[in-house]
Amino acid sequence: MTSGESPVAARARSAVAAHRGERGALLPILHDLQAEFGYVDPAVVPVLAEELNLSRAEVHGVISFYHDFRESPAPGTVVRVCRAEACQANGAEALMAHAERNLGDGVTVQQVFCLGNCALGPAVEVNGKLAGRVDAARLDALVASADPFERKVHTV
Amino acid sequence: MTTQTIVYVPRDAAARSVGADEVAERIAAAGGDGVRVVRTGSRGLLWLEPMVEVATDRGRVAYGPVAAHEVDGLVAAGMLDGADTDHSLGLTEDIPFLRDQRRITFRRVGVVDPLSAADYERHGGIAGLRKALAMTPEQVVEEVTASGLRGRGGAGFPAGIKWKTVLGATADVKFVCCNADEGDSGTFADRMLMEGDPFTLIEGMAIAAHAVGATEGYVYVRSEYPDAIATLRQAIDAAYAHGWLGESVLGSDLSFDLHVRVGAGAYICGEETSMLESLEGKRGEVRSKPPIPALAGLFGRPTVVNNVLTLGSVPMILAEGAAEFSGFGVGRSRGTQVFQLGGNVARGGIVEAPFGITLGELVNGYGGGTRTGRPVRAVQVGGPLGAYLPVDRFDLPMDYEEFAAAGAMVGHGGVVVFDDTVDMAAMARFAMEFCAEESCGKCTPCRVGAVRGRETIDKIRAGIDAEANLELLEDLCELMTDGSLCAMGGLTPMPVRSAVQHFGEDFHRSPVPLPTPTFGPNGSAS
Repeated sequence: MTSGESPVAARARSAVAAHRGERGALLPILHDLQAEFGYVDPAVVPVLAEELNLSRAEVHGVISFYHDFRESPAPGTVVRVCRAEACQANGAEALMAHAERNLGDGVTVQQVFCLGNCALGPAVEVNGKLAGRVDAARLDALVASADPFERKVHTV
Repeated sequence: MTTQTIVYVPRDAAARSVGADEVAERIAAAGGDGVRVVRTGSRGLLWLEPMVEVATDRGRVAYGPVAAHEVDGLVAAGMLDGADTDHSLGLTEDIPFLRDQRRITFRRVGVVDPLSAADYERHGGIAGLRKALAMTPEQVVEEVTASGLRGRGGAGFPAGIKWKTVLGATADVKFVCCNADEGDSGTFADRMLMEGDPFTLIEGMAIAAHAVGATEGYVYVRSEYPDAIATLRQAIDAAYAHGWLGESVLGSDLSFDLHVRVGAGAYICGEETSMLESLEGKRGEVRSKPPIPALAGLFGRPTVVNNVLTLGSVPMILAEGAAEFSGFGVGRSRGTQVFQLGGNVARGGIVEAPFGITLGELVNGYGGGTRTGRPVRAVQVGGPLGAYLPVDRFDLPMDYEEFAAAGAMVGHGGVVVFDDTVDMAAMARFAMEFCAEESCGKCTPCRVGAVRGRETIDKIRAGIDAEANLELLEDLCELMTDGSLCAMGGLTPMPVRSAVQHFGEDFHRSPVPLPTPTFGPNGSAS
């Protein structure tokens, strides 16, 4: 660790160390950081570039390519509504519109394409927890009972 | 010693999404010491989830769907003795939906404790690997070739030929990679196999490693499947502990290490070369072929890339012989396919059946029509890049070649049902929107074509030069089909064209106003 380095940078180095010896370890490292902080701080880009012998552009390119990696924390409860075809067949578009219209402060609404729950749609994920057969009332209840401070992403 | 009643409750993500965990807790509380709750995969009768099974002298008796608040009443009514109560479905094996299937790849899913190695062996597991290790790699490849097994991920490429290419390649290291980036809407069989019987996949990969001379393997699972990831990781640990992975597998010369890698929310990483880029820690951009991954795959080394269901079918083929497997099916589509019924369907779930079953038998027979009770209008087969088919094509047999001839594809076996309220022009627009959202951006026909396609469909729906724009759309579809680097841009036209072909009237409905463009921070319209 470089002296005077930020805690985020130091954590990035330890994440790299944890995956030393693994082939092509950038994604597992980014997942570790995202799981811990809820986002990937842009400040880690030069650190990861140096540690992995990549250019900063390459590291930034990877972070920005994948939907999962956020550059800032998601505020409040995270609601991911599946908008893929199987859920659309059961009214996902109306559910998405309801979520965007009615879920206000403290809720981040995102679209997702397929949660693998296509026989029990519409499917929604609230703070990483999967729910099936979700209508507007059930979504409101799930959000109301969710803890806005709990971990937003799966630890993978 | 008192005998405990064994009660099975799924731990499958779909079952959990409608309350299986709460049901399991409630049963354990209500049953006390007299009950042992075993968490299994799901039987795939998803409209009945949470489905509870009770072990009796007659076999397993099923109840479903069971809500947590109903458990106490059901227990009082004798559910734990297998009594005929509310929600009683009788013997599980006799439920018509399940009874009429031919379960090969899914035979243990919902039956065994997915993390019990003893359960796995008791139900026929590891027999295929033992048999394979007693054979030469060439013999194993020959057996897989003879079975007629084709890639279940969608492309349907013969697995044996791919394996033979990797076997014949020389390199310092070779890889076996499992594509578990099951991003197609309407497909969930990979997830259910990984959650319900992960050892089958692990065994299949070990057999593949032996067959091609690989020492290292990766399962690339999408991040949307946290339960599958966790189950697979635990199963891999157990497999090492039992000598099914690692140094000298089952005392043989085979050494095979297996790792789980997690995607990060990119549909395109289900394309095999994009998946390899992602496994290498890069942006999931598609590679040009050639070279094919079998010769220059992961880190430039010879690599087998197969889907979960392909590798999951291998243990049975080795254990029971190629002829047993190839005895099912029609034409060049051999064996069974694990079909998945989703969308607006009354009885959604897993139907494993020999190729040749018709689309109508799946949708109306197994599926029971729509969940809403309205008439079926369209069915999308094979994921978001598959064709929309009308009811008058329900006679089509599920067969790679028959579907291709009909301008459609079997793909990964997903069947998504829509009722008569569906606006097919909106679905065609969504196909383009999805492609624009998920394109890796490497080739222009896909990256730009999808955006132009969405705009053109918007104009058609708005009634602006509809005929001229439909012609333009067809031109664009032709260009995307011929000019795209991979199936994402190359097949997005399939749902679009099929919607125009079979549901043309939806493109001439009363005008839908053009969407107001929104602008991103860099000024790009979206």
